[in-house]
Amino acid sequence: MSTRLAKQGRLIDRSKKIDFTFNGKRMQGYAGDSLASALLANDQVMMGRSFKYHRPRGVVAAGSEEPNALMQLGTGDRYEPNQRATTTELFSGLSAASQNHWPSLEFDVLSINNKLSRFLTAGFYYKMFIHPRPLWKHVYEPIIRKSAGLGAAPEAELKDPDTYEHFYFFADVVVVGGGVAGLQSAKAAAASGAKVLVLEQNNHWGGRAPVDGGTIDGEAPEVWIEKTLEELRGMKNVTLRDRCMSSGVYDHGYVLGYERLTDHVPGQGGPRHRLWRIRAKQIVTATGAIERPLSFAGNDVPGVMLAASMRDYVVNWGVNPGQKVVVATNNDDAYRTALCLHEAGVEVVRVVDARETGGGALMEAVREKGIRVELGRAIAKVKDGPRVTKVAICAQNGEGGAREEVEADAVAMSGGWSPVVHLWSHCGGKLNWDKENAFFRPDPARPPLGDNGAGFVIASGSANGNLGLAAVLEDAAAAGAQASEAAGFPAKTTQAPKGVSEDESLMEPVWLMPAKADIKLRMKTWLDYQNDVKVSDVQLAAREGYESVEHTKRYTTLGMATDQGKLSNINGLAILADSLNSEIPQVGTTTFRPPYHPISMGAIGGEARGEIFQPVRKTPIYDWNDANGADWEPVGQWRRPFAYTRSGESRHDAVNREVKNTRENLGLLDASTLGKLIVKGPDAGKFLDMMYTNMMSNLKIGKCRYGLMCSENGFLSDDGVVARIDEDTWLCHTTTGGAESIHGHMEEWLQTEWWDWKVYVANVTEQYAQVAVVGPKARKVLEKLNNKAGGGMDLSKDALPFMEWRDGQIGGFNARAYRISFSGELSYEIAVAASEGQAFWDALMEAGKEFNVMPYGTETLHILRAEKGFIMIGDETDGTVIPQDLNLQWALSKKKEDYLGKRAHLRSHMADPDRWKLVGLETVDGSVLPDGAYARGNGINANGQQNVIGRVTSTYYSATLGRGIAMGLVKHGPKRMGEVIEFPGTDGKIYQAKIVDPVFYDKEGEKQNV
Amino acid sequence: MLILECPYCGVKAEETELSAGGEAHLKRYGPGSNDDEFHDYLFMRENPKGVHFERWRHANGCGKWFHAARCTMTMEVFGTYSAQTYEPPQEIKDKITAKRPGWSWREYSDASE
Amino acid sequence: MSNPVTATNGAEFTGIATVKDAGLQGMITLRGDLSSSVLGAAVKAATGAEVPAQGKVSVVESGAAAWMSPDELLLLVPYGEAVAKTAALAEALSGEHALAANVSDARSYFSISGAGARETLAKIAPVDLSPEAFAAGDFRRSRTAQVAAAFWMEEDGSFRLVCFRSVGAYMFNLLSNAAHPQSSVDVY
Repeated sequence: MSTRLAKQGRLIDRSKKIDFTFNGKRMQGYAGDSLASALLANDQVMMGRSFKYHRPRGVVAAGSEEPNALMQLGTGDRYEPNQRATTTELFSGLSAASQNHWPSLEFDVLSINNKLSRFLTAGFYYKMFIHPRPLWKHVYEPIIRKSAGLGAAPEAELKDPDTYEHFYFFADVVVVGGGVAGLQSAKAAAASGAKVLVLEQNNHWGGRAPVDGGTIDGEAPEVWIEKTLEELRGMKNVTLRDRCMSSGVYDHGYVLGYERLTDHVPGQGGPRHRLWRIRAKQIVTATGAIERPLSFAGNDVPGVMLAASMRDYVVNWGVNPGQKVVVATNNDDAYRTALCLHEAGVEVVRVVDARETGGGALMEAVREKGIRVELGRAIAKVKDGPRVTKVAICAQNGEGGAREEVEADAVAMSGGWSPVVHLWSHCGGKLNWDKENAFFRPDPARPPLGDNGAGFVIASGSANGNLGLAAVLEDAAAAGAQASEAAGFPAKTTQAPKGVSEDESLMEPVWLMPAKADIKLRMKTWLDYQNDVKVSDVQLAAREGYESVEHTKRYTTLGMATDQGKLSNINGLAILADSLNSEIPQVGTTTFRPPYHPISMGAIGGEARGEIFQPVRKTPIYDWNDANGADWEPVGQWRRPFAYTRSGESRHDAVNREVKNTRENLGLLDASTLGKLIVKGPDAGKFLDMMYTNMMSNLKIGKCRYGLMCSENGFLSDDGVVARIDEDTWLCHTTTGGAESIHGHMEEWLQTEWWDWKVYVANVTEQYAQVAVVGPKARKVLEKLNNKAGGGMDLSKDALPFMEWRDGQIGGFNARAYRISFSGELSYEIAVAASEGQAFWDALMEAGKEFNVMPYGTETLHILRAEKGFIMIGDETDGTVIPQDLNLQWALSKKKEDYLGKRAHLRSHMADPDRWKLVGLETVDGSVLPDGAYARGNGINANGQQNVIGRVTSTYYSATLGRGIAMGLVKHGPKRMGEVIEFPGTDGKIYQAKIVDPVFYDKEGEKQNV
Repeated sequence: MLILECPYCGVKAEETELSAGGEAHLKRYGPGSNDDEFHDYLFMRENPKGVHFERWRHANGCGKWFHAARCTMTMEVFGTYSAQTYEPPQEIKDKITAKRPGWSWREYSDASE
Repeated sequence: MSNPVTATNGAEFTGIATVKDAGLQGMITLRGDLSSSVLGAAVKAATGAEVPAQGKVSVVESGAAAWMSPDELLLLVPYGEAVAKTAALAEALSGEHALAANVSDARSYFSISGAGARETLAKIAPVDLSPEAFAAGDFRRSRTAQVAAAFWMEEDGSFRLVCFRSVGAYMFNLLSNAAHPQSSVDVY
């Protein structure tokens, strides 16, 4: 059994007891515990079930590489699945539950998969469930989804109550990892005066050194760590962050730091996670190394752990993972575990060393303690029940026969070490295979390259493939100095502290234990714990032709789980290489991609949630609209009232009321969102003649003209009314969505093509609140305002005719009035300062009472314009429509030699007489055509689909006409007036519609011209 | 995520301040051009693995368009320069030659060859 | 006639920094040749400030001039004088190619002050806001979360920030959120 030891536990505070629950059971740990160490202290070795076979699994590691101990943490709106017990700090009230089992961890119905595992090999799902097709969706997939998987997804309706934020930070040198290598690199870099940021993923500094022992400058590593930390904390140019993991390295020195602020004190307030978005001139990766498991049958049985992690539990948290432990190894480091366990009073049953010649001084030290060491031996099999009960030992160089069985309740295994090269590799750093140590290490000659073409990542310490304190510290000092030099800070000579640790003899690669294990053993020998990939799966993939490591990865899912193969990749590669009769460096690694370790979606989203999920653009009249029934519609980032609904009124009723009232009395539209661009300069006229298809240079001062814009490839991009302000100034209205894009479009042409033209453009869209005063009473209400104010601009037909504008005062407000109409009614668009917009609107509403004024929304705007046959960018156009399609030839200047789109209109497809053209559409029965419906033609096309001859672009119920009206693009449309065509609806109905003139109302245009 | 120095305001801007504007140094063909010229102007673009010339706009910044010469493979930036030019300045071409001898892109190439 | 109002109506929030609607502020966009002595004189006449260097703002008692781009300045003048000063600028620059536009009402204007002001901004803008990199008189246009903005530092260490009026409420909420009292990063 696993228990808390009476002594040891450098990270726990035994005076602070902490209560928590696991699967509803009350347990106790200490401050400083991880959830994993606390569970072990409570004899909870089994922590979950595996992904595919539902095998019982225990914790294997002590850090972020842990593949098994995934938990569902928290309850209610703070519930989160798939959290690692090893990286979860214990806190009072923590509630954890294991996952992927039913009904309970101890008894799981789906562990039947384990019995069937013979059949559930790599590619099983692909092979088995491909036929018959329909069964996949309705039978296979639901079952597989239920049986496979990690934690349950949170309830869809619950919202995360926590907040998150980003933080932008700039540093000369970022050191990732706060172990002794990271601290020494930081010290060396900081001595140069460079600005240094050090990120440590854990809540404690120093990494493995305090556990592994040895001395630094003659003292215990802890002493040196404390001193160095103190020194660094005292430096103004150094920032230290713990609980902050670097999750990725990206182009041009971009590094992400994932800081966990309140995970260990939930509900404390303030952001839960902070995502550091860092720019570094140089990055030092001092990310250490991860121990590899050994591949033997039953290496996933709860109680089998990495040897160094077992040591961590003893030294850091005072937890012994078992009473009788077998240590299996191919290197000297695992002997430290044997010594550590022995010292903690745990019986070390055997050390099984696969090397015929065994190890060096550490082995001798173990033997001196009376521990039995067996050389050239292997674990044949670990027996479970469900935890480790017995270990069968055999010769390494055999098939697993002639076993000796020993009783044990835990196994410590060590298959050697792999430098953590993830961050080095994220952005293209290359690796070399180190044959002696059997690992990939960074190739300093091929680092990731930055914007200046030079390397910007330097690996340090064991992440750089150095083992032993002396080598680690020397390398770390050099890496820090190199980083500061490269960042432009000449390094001060920094003497590396002297590290001393026991000499170790060479490890020996052992990729399978025993070397010739038979198939029965290989089928119980796990490579990837989290995704349940076995040695036999990788061998099968190789036999089936998956020779590329990337293909094997995807076929077997090796290394694709949330741990991204931190433990399994190298072991898997070795098996693949062996199966292919190739060498590991030839097979190569899969691609390392960020994040190194999963980070929360909340951290990625940062502040963007709730009210500030995205910017909502508000007009000066927004609050009034909101308080007066606005049924909001998003238009780009703006919110515009679709209609103003009154109590008891449907949307449809409101729209009909607004349409009728505007036609008969007086309507007000908040038109502030329309883009307004000032274009000024000696060449402004010439420039606008290029921008618009029609002529703008000859527009008279004081007058307005409707203009069309095309892109260079001829398609309509925007439209709006242009006003000539003075000799060299024009004001261009754009669509609501077009203000920024058309401003950018103009700047683009001015800056990149006609840069010698003297034109300035300013976007003054938001300077004004613009109100469309529309309807037969429009002039009356404005004149009333002027009368009340004792004067103002002359708004009569003669003083301000249709398609002209004037500056002056209206109702005491400084205003610009445009006589333009998008409704066909008498209409003024009045622009006042945005800061006075609400006051002006209030004045209009007040004065308009006697004229039965009503505000109207965008739907009424659409209906009014559709009744008049006016096109709308985005309805009648979709990026493939040219002015000719909309019968707008009149707006294409023949006088101008050039304008954007002119050349494109000459292309053969643009001049095709078969292009669909704009017509009006009237249903035979007066109903409303479905939006976007297609008109059917004769026959079928090459794909067997019904041929189509047109589509609906705008369709509304016209309260004015008491029937449905629509516009659409129809093949040869204008030549087919009166013809009835058919539009099948998605409701199964066939709509019959007559092709008519698109102007449905006031064809002569008399109403707007009064 | 790239950083490009805006030659107009001197800011070393990260990509979220910028908007990409496609290939640089396109020659505009308008009325009077033949179909092939116009087609190539609208649609034909380089897609090099290596030296490339691009347009960028410092959209969330000074608003200016500029040119960037960079390597699409290594992300190395050889330089940024004014948008008001029909071809890469000699200084930029020299920088590229120093780093990528024998380079070529459309009609431009290592002048030393 | 009426009392002009800002988009956020005097809103204020205090956490690690104090975020405040800085009220109505006269603002003029001036485009032209920044090296022109006529323009320099007109700017001086309008604001009392000199034409600023690239990336800088010159702040004087009566106003300020900020460097927006190689051919654009943002001039700060008293709100009530913006219309007249825009006209005066246009008049003074009638002989040159220039554009002066009153944008006082197109903007929202905030102050961010207090110990956490740098960190508040550094949470939303990809800009180095460390004291080494950003000091009084520095002016920067950038992205703040999802919208464009410009900000600068005053002599007293507080910041002023300008954005479009339509996103004034978003900006106030964004800044207030970044200034949450329990969100100090403790680096500046």
